[in-house]
Amino acid sequence: MSELSVNHLLGIKGLNPRDIQLIFETADHFKEVINRPIKKVPSLRDITIANLFFENSTRTKLSFELAEKRLSADVINFSASQSSVKKGETLVDTVNNILSMKVDMVVMRHPNPGASVFLSQHVKASIINAGDGAHEHPTQALLDSFSIRERLGEVKGKNVVIVGDILHSRVALSNIFALQLQGANVMVCGPKTLLPKYIDKLGVKVETNLKKALQWCDVANMLRVQNERMDMTYFPSTREYTQQYGVNRALLNSLDKDITIMHPGPINRGVEITSDVADSKQAIILDQVQNGVAIRMAVIYLLASKIKH
Amino acid sequence: MSQKLLLNAKEINIILHRLACQLIEKHDDFSNTVLIGIQPRGKFLANRLAQILKSDYHIKHIKLGLLDITFFRDDFRRSEKPLEANTTEINFLVEDKNIVFIDDVLYTGRSIRAALTAIQSFGRPNEIELLTLIDRRFSRHLPIQPDYRGRQVDAINKEKVKVNWVEQGGEDAIYLVNS
Repeated sequence: MSELSVNHLLGIKGLNPRDIQLIFETADHFKEVINRPIKKVPSLRDITIANLFFENSTRTKLSFELAEKRLSADVINFSASQSSVKKGETLVDTVNNILSMKVDMVVMRHPNPGASVFLSQHVKASIINAGDGAHEHPTQALLDSFSIRERLGEVKGKNVVIVGDILHSRVALSNIFALQLQGANVMVCGPKTLLPKYIDKLGVKVETNLKKALQWCDVANMLRVQNERMDMTYFPSTREYTQQYGVNRALLNSLDKDITIMHPGPINRGVEITSDVADSKQAIILDQVQNGVAIRMAVIYLLASKIKH
Repeated sequence: MSQKLLLNAKEINIILHRLACQLIEKHDDFSNTVLIGIQPRGKFLANRLAQILKSDYHIKHIKLGLLDITFFRDDFRRSEKPLEANTTEINFLVEDKNIVFIDDVLYTGRSIRAALTAIQSFGRPNEIELLTLIDRRFSRHLPIQPDYRGRQVDAINKEKVKVNWVEQGGEDAIYLVNS
């Protein structure tokens, strides 16, 4: 086993295929660990990790915290709503104050794109990006690919469509980079208003007809409509969005194959995906959540191994 | 780099049979005993012993597991090389079982210390014994000794013991390598 080519995980951009392979191989071992009767290993006993969440999160925060605890790291949590950020403290000051308490690694979610890159240039700690605005969410993309690999054997050569609100989605961008690095074919599908201009320049196919997209793909990753990020009306009504871009049983039955359905959560049941599809065997949504812990353990472990003793 | 042959294939085979007999003497029909090969190198020895016990001594039910100790090692972030993890395959609980750890070379004892911690994730065993093919007796960092040993070797620190198995290519042989 070699080591990661990076000292921080700021985005999928910046990783190479060998890094992804190494993260997956390590996550395979951790997946076995988290299925043991005692799900904990002592590797990171002398590492302290700060989880800084400047934006709301349930799944990602829990998943990171669980991964850190399973590795025996010491964990401190911080959320912006209860902090001095509200009193006017800058990001670098906030983080440096936390680091002066001898913290080795920072997991950060921030509403501004590039926040984790900025932080990595100004503080001495290993940084993991847990989502920065509409930019990247690398661990989500890694766990998505890991789940595809688990279900379909490999990612290379597979056709993956990302459906929904691509414009506001950091999951979409990280997934595009990750899937392409592994040799998958990527398509984005959604209403034109929710597809970024020039998205085709990333080398992805663009489709506005959901049925055609599903017919083409092996895997459909359904994204949530991010109403909280929308500053204007992008489609006439939720009902119309669902009719055009929601996946339901009848639509899946009309295809001539069984495709795999993914969703990064949180699900808006009855909007982008119906309950019977979300709970069906075709969906690997809960596998994604379980794999999230293994992937985050792998990323934290591999980055921690590069912190000099 | 020079190397000296310590044991050839025939001698290794005799030792394996002797170790198998010693195990039977203590564990009888292995009904409450499990063999655990310590990854990565103990796998070959554990497989070989299990095979001998089954085919030559007609022990019907041998429970064999493989334990990876990477995440339990005490040299994480201290070792020059990144630690390489291997697969753990233990498809049973070890609660109240008699465990025999199996590794090819016992050197500092640190791997066994890690294994003693790692195995706790699978339950509380009744007892744990250690079987090793080569015991480098003057190199221990911890108070750990084998219960079953193939051969004791006095090697100075610069010397390494190299174990080669047919499964890895070549033939069964153990060398003392002077680097």
